[in-house]
Amino acid sequence: MLRISLCFLGIAILCLLLADIEITTLDPWGEIQRMAIGAVTPEWSALYTFRIALLNTFTFAFCGIALSIVGGSILAFFFHLTSVRLFCAFIRAIHEIFWAFLFLPLVGLNPICGVLAIAIPYAGIFAKVYAEILQETDRRPLQGLPHQTHPFSQFLYGQLPLAWANIKHYTAYRFECALRSSAVLGFIGLPTIGFHLETAFRESHYAEAAVLLYAFYLLIASLKYWVKPKLVPFYVLLSVAIIPKTIHFSFHNITRFLTYEIFPWPMRREGFLSGNNDLALPLYDTYIWFTERLVTSILPGIWNTVILTQIVLVGTGLFALIAFPIISHHFFSRLTTRIGHILLIVIRTTPEYMLAYLFLQLWGPSMLPAILAIALHNGAILAFLSGQNADHIPLRLDASKTRINRYFFEILPRIYNQFLAFLFYRWEVMMRESAILGILGIYTLGFFIDSAIAEQKMDRVILLIFVTALLNLGIDTLSQRIRRHLRLSIGTIKTTI
Amino acid sequence: MFHLTNISVSYGDEPVLHNITLNIDEGDKVVLIGPSGAGKSTLLRKLYDLQKHQAAFIHQDYALVPQLSTFHNIYMGQLDQHSVFYNALTLIHPQKRERDEIAPLLDALGLTDKQNERISELSGGQQQRVAVGRALYRKAKIILGDEPVSAIDPQQSDAVLTLLKQHTHTLVLAMHDVELALRHFDLVVGLRDGHIAFSLPSNHVTDTHLTELFDRA
Repeated sequence: MLRISLCFLGIAILCLLLADIEITTLDPWGEIQRMAIGAVTPEWSALYTFRIALLNTFTFAFCGIALSIVGGSILAFFFHLTSVRLFCAFIRAIHEIFWAFLFLPLVGLNPICGVLAIAIPYAGIFAKVYAEILQETDRRPLQGLPHQTHPFSQFLYGQLPLAWANIKHYTAYRFECALRSSAVLGFIGLPTIGFHLETAFRESHYAEAAVLLYAFYLLIASLKYWVKPKLVPFYVLLSVAIIPKTIHFSFHNITRFLTYEIFPWPMRREGFLSGNNDLALPLYDTYIWFTERLVTSILPGIWNTVILTQIVLVGTGLFALIAFPIISHHFFSRLTTRIGHILLIVIRTTPEYMLAYLFLQLWGPSMLPAILAIALHNGAILAFLSGQNADHIPLRLDASKTRINRYFFEILPRIYNQFLAFLFYRWEVMMRESAILGILGIYTLGFFIDSAIAEQKMDRVILLIFVTALLNLGIDTLSQRIRRHLRLSIGTIKTTI
Repeated sequence: MFHLTNISVSYGDEPVLHNITLNIDEGDKVVLIGPSGAGKSTLLRKLYDLQKHQAAFIHQDYALVPQLSTFHNIYMGQLDQHSVFYNALTLIHPQKRERDEIAPLLDALGLTDKQNERISELSGGQQQRVAVGRALYRKAKIILGDEPVSAIDPQQSDAVLTLLKQHTHTLVLAMHDVELALRHFDLVVGLRDGHIAFSLPSNHVTDTHLTELFDRA
């Protein structure tokens, strides 16, 4: 275990040497000052201006999550089929923003685009997690059922009640994620709070940005008080009722997209030039087109994405290891751990995309903002889980009172196994985030996808998104291998990561 | 009902039952006794496998759903008698028809005031009575039970065993309380090391039989 950890640390240091992490802005401290002033003088009146965006953030998330629960539940029933498992792995390997990019040319910048962009990857995630939760339920009650009970009745009585608490817990956590996704989709133009945040940041209206952020924190912090399981159907209906429905749905567009635009340019060139839009298959030209893509975008994109991912993986781990004692009663008093909790929740609640955007304003385009953003966001989640784990350990009465001894001799050895399991479990998530942050100007896969979008070259977009998904699947498989090799087990807390 | 001739069962390479020959006729009430590890549970499971479609099984570990109520766990005995839709409806809102059907059973088992409580809130003995209730509600021809009164106090054990005998045509139970077993059953099968040591009417079972059966040496 130690060897693997050191090995990953070594790789990360090597990547750090290769990565571009300089600060390019002229006056980062001045900007930080202005942000700090904005943060303490929020312009509460702006809340009224942003009310529609706040509402949209909520309704998009709700419609998206409702669809994905339905889709994910259905898929979970067939999760034992390899084809379904692969399909789910594939749809969840593509980030919400990439899904939005795919739907943009089809349905335009409207709610359907946002809702589907959330619903599809989340359905893949729900399918996997629901299936795993069901698999881990106690099988004995099933044996108590009459022999010829219908499989669905068996499920209703013998499995669902046992899995229900975990399913509810996980779904609630995912809803929080959906709100984050919904907010972030605003950064690419959808009418959620991300849209106004982007504007506020770009124009240095930090007092407005602060209001939006605080409103978002409040929204998430208050979820447990007003989103109750019994009220969910009501909220879904409400969301469907008030979601803007100005949809220009054109089957012509969709057919054209699926049967024409996504094919490599050389296949379309002849038809385009002659005006009849026919497809051809010039093998050599297509091959040249592909190698060009490979050299100019795919390989550099993968290279940078992997470098960023490896740095971030270790950065997340380090941050979590340093930060978790702050919420553990083995190290600090009740007051300190409470403050620690709030701190970690605030960091975790801020979408990593938003954090990266903010750091980018401060330090200019390099990998530094992305590294910090992803490591902070994931590190906060990991620190939270590790801290909770640490608190479950009963210490002997005569355990060392010095914090440093406690940390290294009592706590760390006991939680390290599960900590590593969490870290590798989220490896794939970090890779997805590394790719997506390319949109902000660092040369990961997202950068090349964003450029292709800007040039309206959908053939390139599709190819690059496909490559990104494959890379993600690769990391996921590797992570599973390592976890199995080290016999790392997530245990029962899986429902919150 | 059950006619076993030279049946052997192994778990992996470990033989558990050796050449069992056993006849149980319809209407028989049989008790299996013997030291732990003798193969009582395995024999019961074997019998269940042979008559799955008309047998109810009382599990040693109850096999209840801790998150559901007593009512629901007993209702589960007839899950195969209703459509998926009706089962789903009952899960959310129990219907009067089943409430009325189950009420006398709850009364007989002393669980009336516990019918809406979750299984996880009940004591071990109460849970075991729910498991018995589920098997009875199944209304199957045969009930097979693995230590169905092990967690119930003596007076109630008598009542529960009487209830089982009254409502079941063919009954086969494994029990560790020999005195209770002999008192309630006419037919006794003694198992030891995967063999049938004896199969006799209970009034023919002597102390010698029992000493040999349970003797450690």
